[in-house]
Amino acid sequence: MSGVPVGWYIALSAALFTTGLVGVLIRRSIVVMFMCIELMLNAVNLALITFSRVHGNHDGQVLSFFVIVVAAAEVTIGLALIVNLFRLLGSTDADDPDRLRA
Amino acid sequence: MLATAEGGFTGHYLDAAAGSPIALAWLIPVVPAVSAALLMIFGRRIGRASAWIAIAAVGYSAVASALVFSYLLGQPEDGRNFVTKVVSWLPVGELQVDWALLIDPLSAVMLLLVTWVGLLIHIYSLGYMEGDEGFPRFFAYLNLFVASMLVLVLGESMLVLFVGWELVGLCSYLLIGFWFTERGNATAAKKAFIVNRVGDVGFMIAMFVTFATIGSLSFSEVLPQAGGIAAGAAVAIGVLLLVAATGKSAQIPLFVWLPDAMAGPTPVSALIHAATMVTAGVYLIARMSPLYATIHDAALFDVGLLVAWVGVLTALVAALIACAQNDLKKILAYSTISQLGYMFVGVGLGSQAAGVFHLLTHGFFKALLFLAAGSVMHALHEETDVWKMGGLRRAMPITFATSAVAWLAISGVPFFSGFYSKEEILAAALDTPGAGLIWVLGALVAGLTAFYMSRWFFLIFLGESRVSEGVHPHESPWSMTSVLVVLAVASVGGAFIGVTPGSYVRFWLLEHGWLFEWLAPAVQPYVGEEALFNEVLAGFVVIAMAAAGIAAAYALYLRPVDIVAVRARLGSLYQAMLSKFWVDEIYERTVMTPGLLMSEGMAEFDARGIDGFVNGLGRGTHKLAQVGRRVQTGFVRSYALAVLFGTLLIAGLFLGGTLLGR
Repeated sequence: MSGVPVGWYIALSAALFTTGLVGVLIRRSIVVMFMCIELMLNAVNLALITFSRVHGNHDGQVLSFFVIVVAAAEVTIGLALIVNLFRLLGSTDADDPDRLRA
Repeated sequence: MLATAEGGFTGHYLDAAAGSPIALAWLIPVVPAVSAALLMIFGRRIGRASAWIAIAAVGYSAVASALVFSYLLGQPEDGRNFVTKVVSWLPVGELQVDWALLIDPLSAVMLLLVTWVGLLIHIYSLGYMEGDEGFPRFFAYLNLFVASMLVLVLGESMLVLFVGWELVGLCSYLLIGFWFTERGNATAAKKAFIVNRVGDVGFMIAMFVTFATIGSLSFSEVLPQAGGIAAGAAVAIGVLLLVAATGKSAQIPLFVWLPDAMAGPTPVSALIHAATMVTAGVYLIARMSPLYATIHDAALFDVGLLVAWVGVLTALVAALIACAQNDLKKILAYSTISQLGYMFVGVGLGSQAAGVFHLLTHGFFKALLFLAAGSVMHALHEETDVWKMGGLRRAMPITFATSAVAWLAISGVPFFSGFYSKEEILAAALDTPGAGLIWVLGALVAGLTAFYMSRWFFLIFLGESRVSEGVHPHESPWSMTSVLVVLAVASVGGAFIGVTPGSYVRFWLLEHGWLFEWLAPAVQPYVGEEALFNEVLAGFVVIAMAAAGIAAAYALYLRPVDIVAVRARLGSLYQAMLSKFWVDEIYERTVMTPGLLMSEGMAEFDARGIDGFVNGLGRGTHKLAQVGRRVQTGFVRSYALAVLFGTLLIAGLFLGGTLLGR
């Protein structure tokens, strides 16, 4: 394919990852934090596929599959937890569950 | 006091023949000890019979001691020193200490004194302690005391003697504080034990030095080798043993416990603080006489002379104090201290037989005086102030008659035993070059002794009755008076122990009697040669002093010479005598208060410093935890931040690592 330089793909991946990371740290809503985590995972997927293309083998893509599967499972359980947490506390503010405070 | 041919210290020790009284002599201390243990455990259940068990135990020891003595009598003169090993105790490297008995003429006479006087006092206590609720416990302790004193007297090693030494101190504590519910009694008991302990330090260091120089603590090895040790070491041992003896025998500076010890029951005062325990110091110095003889002959500093000086000064101070006391037992206590001083003069100047002679006669008449005092106290409902007595000769004739015998004996009146033993000691002082001043002071003390004992006797038994209202004195029961009579006979007959019957009558020219020859194989006398004329003159001077003392007491206390005027004339001297020269107060200021301050300081240091440190560790941990727990915020987002930091750190390390590797 015509060369979009590899660096650009990695830069995009980094930007997505950083956005997701900052989002996790900053946003107060648990659902949004979750979405940011998904964003981070996708950024990693992009990086993996890029390197797969660079090396010319399928290793990165196979690993990507793993990541997607794990992300899916994680979303299932995570959303179940969020629903239960909402039922318990009545809000989705990340600062509200603080029972483990010393 | 012509010199007789006396044998010498031989330093050979024989083994006992099997089955002889010597071989079985280990039972002599053991039987009372077992009896004591029995009575301590089962006493309350046994009740009144415990007295008979105790008497039987001491009776056995008394009879066995008599058998030992008669056995020794049957041996030839140089074959009277025996060592019997019972069981090995401390085989530790070079040190070998066994539970062994040393039976020789010296320990034999001590055995007889301790067991027979002990037996008499046990019998007396039957009547005296009647009705006391600690009755079985008293006899248990008395038995324990007799056992301990026997261990002391029979011990073949300095260490075994020390065991007995400490045990008698313990028994003294138990018996002085017998009525422990009274605070004063417990305090007196503590005082006795603690002051004794000070002396014991001297004993222990003496043992260390002895072991270091001679390599053994057994008398059978130390005494024959005493002639060969370095002068410095010998002087050290001699002085240290003197320190120990001043504690046990109540001499300067450690005599302060004895007057307070009068808080105990009177039989205790008679047995322990007159006849036996306090004589342990004299016994120790007599036992170690080869050492003192060596020092006397060789070294620069004659420790024996120091012993004599300590003795005579104590005798003087105690006699002065006794003249002004008003408690009948305190007078006797100071009298005991004073007479012990005489014994120290005897053994210190090298006439151990004279010292032991006085030890024996004093044991008889002082025990008698104390028991008579007990008899009087019982009759007057525990009154002790002599000014509240008087005229008791009519109500208590036996006590009166026996006390009169004791009074004459201690005052140094011829034909009573005390005169002869005192004379022998003062003769030793005359015969020693350089001890002339000791003789002068000793004669002065004889006069003072006659004075204060006559005062004691006159105020209690003669004159008009000053007894309080409602008190009707009567004679004591036979269990008490019989003992008084026996001791009175001994107070007269005791004279024949030390002087020949001829010189008993011809009292201005005393000759050494049986005791001097008997003790010769066991001790090393080093007193000088005797000069005839001096001693006759000196003898009459002492008799004159005694007569003067009695006359002065008669004038003051039986005829109306005004006491108040005399006291005023004496002024501050009388005050000093009455306040016992403020020894207790001085000790309190100089020793006790600094000691208390130091211990309080230490307690403060412990509470603030050490506890503070340990508690501080705890507090520090607490503070650290307070800071540390702030990490646990409970917020998910801060945990996420922490994860981020951790990741960055690890990434940084990796990066740094690869960069550095490049």
